Amino acid sequence: MTEPLLSVENLRTYFHTRDGVARAVDGVSLEVNRGETVGLVGESGSGKSVTALSIMRLIRHPGRIEQGSRVVFEGKDLTLASEEEMRRIRGNRIAMIFQEPMTALNPVFNVGDQVAEVARIHERSSRRAAWRKAVEMLALTGIPSPEARARDYPHQLSGGMRQRVLIAMALMMQPELIIADEPTTALDVTIQAQILELLRDLQHRFGTAILMITHDLGVIAETCSRVIVMYGGEVVEQAQTEVLFAAPHHPYTEGLLQAIPRVGAIRQRLAVIPGTVPPPTRWPDGCRFHDRCSYSWERTEHEHPPLYQVGEGHFSRCHLAEEPERRAQPHTPLVARRRVDAA
Amino acid sequence: MTAPHTGGDGAPAGKAPAGEPLLSVKNLSKTFSSGGLFRGGKELVHAVNGVSFDVGSGETLGIVGESGCGKSTTGRCVLRLIEPSEGEIRFTGRDVRALEGRKLRELRQDMQIVFQDPFSSLNPRMTVGASIREGLVIHEIAEGSAAEARVGALLEEVGMRAEYSVRYPHEFSGGQRQRIGIARALSVEPKLVVCDEPVSALDVSVQAQVLNLLQDLQRQRKLSYVFIAHDLSVVEHIADRVAVMYLGKIVELTTAGELYREPLMPYTQALLSAVPVADPTVRRQRIVLSGDVPSPADMPPGCVFHPRCHHPAKDAACTRIVPPLEEKAPGHFAACIKQPPTQVSWEQQREAGGEHAPDRYLPIAQ
Repeated sequence: MTEPLLSVENLRTYFHTRDGVARAVDGVSLEVNRGETVGLVGESGSGKSVTALSIMRLIRHPGRIEQGSRVVFEGKDLTLASEEEMRRIRGNRIAMIFQEPMTALNPVFNVGDQVAEVARIHERSSRRAAWRKAVEMLALTGIPSPEARARDYPHQLSGGMRQRVLIAMALMMQPELIIADEPTTALDVTIQAQILELLRDLQHRFGTAILMITHDLGVIAETCSRVIVMYGGEVVEQAQTEVLFAAPHHPYTEGLLQAIPRVGAIRQRLAVIPGTVPPPTRWPDGCRFHDRCSYSWERTEHEHPPLYQVGEGHFSRCHLAEEPERRAQPHTPLVARRRVDAA
Repeated sequence: MTAPHTGGDGAPAGKAPAGEPLLSVKNLSKTFSSGGLFRGGKELVHAVNGVSFDVGSGETLGIVGESGCGKSTTGRCVLRLIEPSEGEIRFTGRDVRALEGRKLRELRQDMQIVFQDPFSSLNPRMTVGASIREGLVIHEIAEGSAAEARVGALLEEVGMRAEYSVRYPHEFSGGQRQRIGIARALSVEPKLVVCDEPVSALDVSVQAQVLNLLQDLQRQRKLSYVFIAHDLSVVEHIADRVAVMYLGKIVELTTAGELYREPLMPYTQALLSAVPVADPTVRRQRIVLSGDVPSPADMPPGCVFHPRCHHPAKDAACTRIVPPLEEKAPGHFAACIKQPPTQVSWEQQREAGGEHAPDRYLPIAQ
């Protein structure tokens, strides 16, 4: 095995608030290899976006990356890097694409200047050379008449075009890794299809690795070779995409997959996961999913499960790995029995 | 299964199954003027452009489309939250556009709306109980302790505890707030609820809970829904019939199953093919549309979809002839002169510069 491009080890990002310590990311380990697309999926509050921001070291007070966390990128631990070093890495070796391109772009500069700025900062290119490169990148992302569009301001472009501008900006320095945080969530479905196609195409061309953060399992199925599922600030399952969709091990993953309405499926009642994601200041004891789970038993209420290996490259944070026979006896989850509230 | 249809002239497209429809909308249009203040000349934006549909009692009509297609404006015009510019709206025999004052209030008792973001539609300074009670009092349904009891019963009906009526909206999660929004809409015992993107702000697992709740309530209370959403899989799941909108027009209207099995309008084909499938073993043929949706202020002539259309028979006729929404198969309406059968004859198409005769094109039919 060659060294992974990015290796996150026991990442803990806590927010020290008045209501207590919010353990938003609580012991996350993951790897991204060169040229690979890895999906990071989870619902609101699962910690997926905080994981991304932690990798980029964009966590602000009262948040803090705790001692003992390691984010090793190209052999260097980013948690120990100086702010100066981080500035040289961000946008250069690791680039990020955000959900809402309107807020990620500066409204008072034309988009060409904003894309060119990346090269001006990281390569100290001349104004003209940077502009030329920016127009080239805008053309590469499929923006029609890029020379003219480069002189447009963000508000003059559609959502899809703005997202292409952000992708052009991310690709300026041909980074090794792109972190895409819900890159298509704000877009209409036909525009989403265009952008996903573009990302796939550019990845083939440049061999860039992508960490794709999304709540949409459809996007994962179509773009990623490997998937990491987060719940309660932890990785709960990790597998090759085909394996995860065909044979999910963790009950949370199973529940998520059953809860999505599918086009063309026979109309039936959707399966639901009862209850809601608990607040990060009060993760439940034992397995963090136990009170919403159909298979829980005493052990899951007290003993926090480790990430068990359940197959080749397949890991699951569920005691069912050791007591698989319990899967045969599903029951009403604790939250539903307690008649605690609906989500 | 399929609805009976009258083929004659003037029959509203997409008649609701059997009997008198609860809601009947004909040629509804809404025009906004924009750009007046700073740009000198005003430009007219046709947000909704001649839309017709029926909703039967106990039926769910889905309206699906991308941003700016006019689906929300349509929903709001039906309730007269926005005044329509043209067209006819009939609800249980009443001419909705002619109603004023007390009569309009009575209408609103029968027709309610659930919004996308319940946080912005619930008053943050009112307890949820007070928010739900408001409708009961305004419509003189219940007062005092009777109203109190109704509020508790409504909360329980949507899966929450009666005691929660004393809490404020910020104390609840998004899914719970949506349940409160639903309870408030139901408080006045409506016959029809317009659901405007009711689950698009919710996480997958919560979305499933709310969709199931809406279905249960429909069965128990015999409600009709106009369910507006951009997510095709959600609409297909919950709706009996689906109307697909593009640039202010309904371009296809049929049963949910038929729409998925045999989408006729090239835009519907592209829309369906663009939905990411949560199954890595499925490699669906994808029709990637080029370009963006044109501005509704600068509508393309002829078929509004022609600049992005992939139908192999597309030609100059498509740029000149406005395609009627016509019945292509029993209960299946689509607006495309290149999908036979069509009332726009080949001669008419040739006169308009047509080069390719209409020819069935079903790239993603199941």
